Amino acid sequence: MALTDLFKSLQESPVGLAIRESGWMFPTIESIHVLAIVLVAGSIAMVDLRLLGVSSRNHAVTKLSTEVLPWVWTAFVFAAITGSLLFVSNASKYFINVPFRLKLLCMACAGLNMLIFNLVTSRSIQNWDSSTGTPTAAKVAGGLSLLFWILVIAFGRWIGFTI
Amino acid sequence: MSTLIQNIAWIIPTVQTVHILCVSIVMSSMAMIDLRMMGLGARSQSVPDMVTRFMPWVWTSLVILLLSGSILIIGEPARSLMNPAFILKMSMLICVIVVTLTLQGAIRKDVAFWEMSAPRRTAARLMALVSLLLLVAIVFAGRWIAYMESYTA
Repeated sequence: MALTDLFKSLQESPVGLAIRESGWMFPTIESIHVLAIVLVAGSIAMVDLRLLGVSSRNHAVTKLSTEVLPWVWTAFVFAAITGSLLFVSNASKYFINVPFRLKLLCMACAGLNMLIFNLVTSRSIQNWDSSTGTPTAAKVAGGLSLLFWILVIAFGRWIGFTI
Repeated sequence: MSTLIQNIAWIIPTVQTVHILCVSIVMSSMAMIDLRMMGLGARSQSVPDMVTRFMPWVWTSLVILLLSGSILIIGEPARSLMNPAFILKMSMLICVIVVTLTLQGAIRKDVAFWEMSAPRRTAARLMALVSLLLLVAIVFAGRWIAYMESYTA
């Protein structure tokens, strides 16, 4: 009950109203959101494909990650900010939307996957950083990451068709 | 064909998702290459190296984008072909392909082509910037197709 009140106050707030009622704000924020997401997904894919041993094989994993991850995080911040603004504009509707919930769930799974990789699998990284072969755990991390982010994009697109 | 694509509910969202995934590949690859050509970004990787690694993915994605885009056009012809945002998007796409071929065609023949003189260096940086701006604009135009009304005959 408190949650529905929160969503109502969010979407009736000046920001929520402005975005929802303006002809150009929602499309513009949404466009930035799409741009940010494609950069997140594409950048992460570079690291994932390296972990899977599919591409960039003569680049050390750590070096590739160091170069790519700042872009991932920067784009993610933009995606999160624009996503929050979009959410605020119609909070109640988005909250009960199934693809929206699945999208957030997949993002959480992607985050968990990344955490496990960084805390556990990466401990041995000195052994396989520069070799083309990667341990199974790294391959699994890369594959799952790709899967989760593909699903994030798919569910994100479905929101538009089900909202 | 058009009604078929529209009537099977999952076709358009799925084809659009494939379209967006390919945009991810193109945008991330081109962003890295263009920024590197402008002197920003990953210093450890040379431009020819990045071009060799990324461009096969980009061109393959472009083919898939054209195929998926065609399905979307066939599914909703007026929504696409008569839409100002779509027309703008296609015009910009042609421009960015020309710029990309110009930049990379020269590199293919001579890896150091754009480094040879100051005017060439400037030209390359400018073209890389234009390429990046066009690509961003293409993403925006793509999203705005949904918000613009198509011209009626």
